[in-house]
Amino acid sequence: MVNLTIDNKKIEAEAGQCILDAARENGIVIPTLCSHESLEPTGSCRLCVVEAKQGKRTRIVTSCLYPVAEGLVVDTKSERVMNVRRLVLQLLLARCPESEQLKEMAAEMGVAAEPRFTPDKDNVKCILCRMCVQTCEKIVGVSAIGFSYRGTQKNVCTPFQEDSLTCIGCGACAYVCPTGHIEMETTGDTRTIWGRTFKMKTCKVCGRYFAPEDQLAYISSKTGVPADNLAVCISCR
Amino acid sequence: MEEKVKEIIQRYSGDKSYLVPILQDVQKEFNYLPKDALYAVSTHLSVPVSRVYEVVTFYKAFSLKPKGRYQLSLCMGTACHVRGGELIARNVADTLGIKEGDTTADLEFSFETVGCLGACALGPILVVNGEYHGHMNIAKSTKILKKLGKKGATDDEQD
Amino acid sequence: MMSKIKSFDELKSVQERLKAGRDPKKPCITVCVGTGCLAYGTQKLVDSFREELAKRDLTGRIDFRTSGCHGFCERGPMVVISPEKVFYQRVGLMDAGEIIDKTVLKGEIIDRLLYVDPQTGEKYVHEDDVPFYKKQTRLVFGLNSKVDPQSMEDYLAIGGYSALGKALTTMKPEEIIQEVIKANLRGRGGGGFPAGWKWDETRKAKGEPKYIVCNADEGDPGAYMDRSLTEGNPHLVLEGMIIGAYAIGSSQGYIYVRNEYPLAVKNIHIAMRQAREAGLLGENILGTGFSFDLKINRGGGAFVCGESSALFASLEGRAGEPRAKYIHATDKGLYDKPTNLNNVETWANVPFIIERGADWYASIGTAGSKGTKIFSLVGKINNTGLVEVPMGTTLREIVFDIGGGIPEGRKFKAIQTGGPSGGCIPEKYLDMRVDFDELTKIGSMMGSGGMIVMDERNCMVDMARYFTNFLVSESCGKCVPCREGIRRMRDILVDITEGKGREEDVDLLEKMASSIVDGSLCALGSSAPNPVLSTIRYFRDEYMAHIKEKRCPAGVCKDLITYSVDPEKCTGCTLCAKVCPTGAASGERKKVHAIDPTKCTKCGACRESCKFEAIIVR
Repeated sequence: MVNLTIDNKKIEAEAGQCILDAARENGIVIPTLCSHESLEPTGSCRLCVVEAKQGKRTRIVTSCLYPVAEGLVVDTKSERVMNVRRLVLQLLLARCPESEQLKEMAAEMGVAAEPRFTPDKDNVKCILCRMCVQTCEKIVGVSAIGFSYRGTQKNVCTPFQEDSLTCIGCGACAYVCPTGHIEMETTGDTRTIWGRTFKMKTCKVCGRYFAPEDQLAYISSKTGVPADNLAVCISCR
Repeated sequence: MEEKVKEIIQRYSGDKSYLVPILQDVQKEFNYLPKDALYAVSTHLSVPVSRVYEVVTFYKAFSLKPKGRYQLSLCMGTACHVRGGELIARNVADTLGIKEGDTTADLEFSFETVGCLGACALGPILVVNGEYHGHMNIAKSTKILKKLGKKGATDDEQD
Repeated sequence: MMSKIKSFDELKSVQERLKAGRDPKKPCITVCVGTGCLAYGTQKLVDSFREELAKRDLTGRIDFRTSGCHGFCERGPMVVISPEKVFYQRVGLMDAGEIIDKTVLKGEIIDRLLYVDPQTGEKYVHEDDVPFYKKQTRLVFGLNSKVDPQSMEDYLAIGGYSALGKALTTMKPEEIIQEVIKANLRGRGGGGFPAGWKWDETRKAKGEPKYIVCNADEGDPGAYMDRSLTEGNPHLVLEGMIIGAYAIGSSQGYIYVRNEYPLAVKNIHIAMRQAREAGLLGENILGTGFSFDLKINRGGGAFVCGESSALFASLEGRAGEPRAKYIHATDKGLYDKPTNLNNVETWANVPFIIERGADWYASIGTAGSKGTKIFSLVGKINNTGLVEVPMGTTLREIVFDIGGGIPEGRKFKAIQTGGPSGGCIPEKYLDMRVDFDELTKIGSMMGSGGMIVMDERNCMVDMARYFTNFLVSESCGKCVPCREGIRRMRDILVDITEGKGREEDVDLLEKMASSIVDGSLCALGSSAPNPVLSTIRYFRDEYMAHIKEKRCPAGVCKDLITYSVDPEKCTGCTLCAKVCPTGAASGERKKVHAIDPTKCTKCGACRESCKFEAIIVR
């Protein structure tokens, strides 16, 4: 265990833990957009930056990545920190003017849009947090979507922006998306996501459509459980 | 195509960490990166195609579109910039009627700007199919394009 | 092919034998075949020399050598005739026969091939007297002109690999590291971090295997010293790396080289093969039991891969995205193993430190920066080229004494150091002594050693826009401040250059800059605002002229300028009318021409062509 101070509060944290987790365990809120308990932190959104003082050295660090250390003094709301967060939110508001989630977050933090930044008109709500890509690769294991291009052209898509051959229609990407960018529509016996339409399977017990056939086939092939045993929805299991 | 890709991957003993050089060799072979070749790379190197696509689009050296017979690269390094590189870029693009990074519809010319070529004394530099043309200016670039256009036409006649 | 050298003693005797085979009095013609000179068509000159020598039955009686870059790229193709070291520049591709007949055989000097100082008009016969070379200290780079980069024998004949022999047979790894620390060798790739400390950390780090990596992915636009070392003297780089590997305890290394440098890739490949055959690379090097080998990876064209964690991602076959570096690469780098990364020039300095000792090395330079530094001196400068000077040399000496000043008698305005994320330094700092710390103090940095000279015809707002635009296209896009912030800064700069700037823009740029510096994930983002900050700091009035008066004082920003003809200077030569693509420039022969502003696209062709400076841009 190590002793550190966050916002004047003396805290004991497990060695190896990051500042963000230590703060959260002690009821200190640090805003984030790309952090999820099941995913590796990447430090891409930069909202969680804090000011950390170790010895004589003070610097801005990424709290989701920076490990706690003995004697570390952390300020989660210093002026420099708030300046970074304000700019990040203003930049994201200009990139995704349609995102309700971002607008809410900005309102909560008292951040107004910067009038000098002309809002983008392509109606993209994606902030490139990479949670969907990570989920698809690390949790689901199909790598159906990924990043393409770099810098301002960077986006999340299926390879060649065509129907993915490996997507199973599970919708995990849409579920983790923090800004409502990934669209998924499930109506009756079909689900459409990333431009591809999947056929849904009915539950053997209640008869309702509950999962894409491709997803069940994938689970069966991965786990070895016969497909027939998977044909029951969660509520009937 | 698949055989060729397999052969290239074999050169690197199927080592995934050589994805970038493998793709460079594939591009050299086909003059660009055809989709089927990328799927073949994905299969034989056991790398998800989304990863291959990510790498291909991330690095500037790769092209998903066929390149023209004449590949023009204009150096946009700082030394070339201060000597008027941007004006030349505009002239070449306007003369060819394409944007930089594109290829003319007849697949005759591709035009791109590149980072420093490290021949700053000769700046601005226009490279045509690997041949350096130094101390470029607007008038000279127009002349080169005209010459290539003519040469292209005579080549066609011979065909 | 060379047979395996099995001990340090055997290496010494091979060197002696090769050295004895080189008669210092025998005439030798050396032609520079660096990328710059090759671009002048030098290969034809080389072929012609070989042909002419054979024709005269002189092959073998006169040595002929092709060498790597000599640095004076402005004056290529270049030929040096030893032993007198007669220096010929801008040699014509058909001049070989004449040079052999007159200079080599009869000792006559061919006047038209001599270098004339553009400032003084003075003519120079010998290479060492040429001011460009005379004021340099060509410690590392000077070897280039002594060796054919594809010949290991050449390198051995000048004592190459002696440092490796000494290190492997007489020094413990810890002693080597102490020597490098004592020499205070700082990273030449940009950071300036002491290499010895890094080596020490990697050596002490837990985890096997340990890797060493050479960064030859020189991404700075306007800088090419690493290329010239890699292609001009690859064995020197290899020797430095093998010594480093032994000191650190690494058996596998990588060289990450730019794919745009085909000659460097080729020459380093050849050098590695030769070193392996000679038993200097691979298993049981020089019979000492130490084994180390190297692999070459070509980069894919991404500036961000100069950042260590992005470089490792690329080496691992992924997109070059950086990671936060709270755990150092020396602990977890390539494949999460302890990794020591240095750039080409840093590795190339190592053999000198081992061979001549840390005390000697540390006697060159300033208190905090030791040794020499190679700079790529480009832009509006008479002697474009690579220059090597001791740390602490003033900018004035570099620009005016070595660089020969600004062409066409124009006025010096600024010098940009440190690559795209460096800063622009104004005239008042010309007497500053260049080293790592001094450059940082005034808002720029050493970077890898790019020096871009700008004159009164360069607009500083345009330069800030150019660098920022470069960084926008090179941002990996992972983190928000860099991806979104730099492009918004660029948009504002574009507005200013188009006359749409607002008075509060400069303050907003500064405010954004400080949050981008604080908030970015890697060094690309956190240094990206430097060009904007330094130009605002030193050239604020130029920003204000654009914003308030809608005027570009340097006459660069297209939307704020008009072209016209100075009737006093125009001679009616008709050249401008000939080159004008839209017919805007017109007039009769021997009469003052005019430019029709409604047709003018401000392409600059007339100004470029006018021999009388009669085109006015306001």
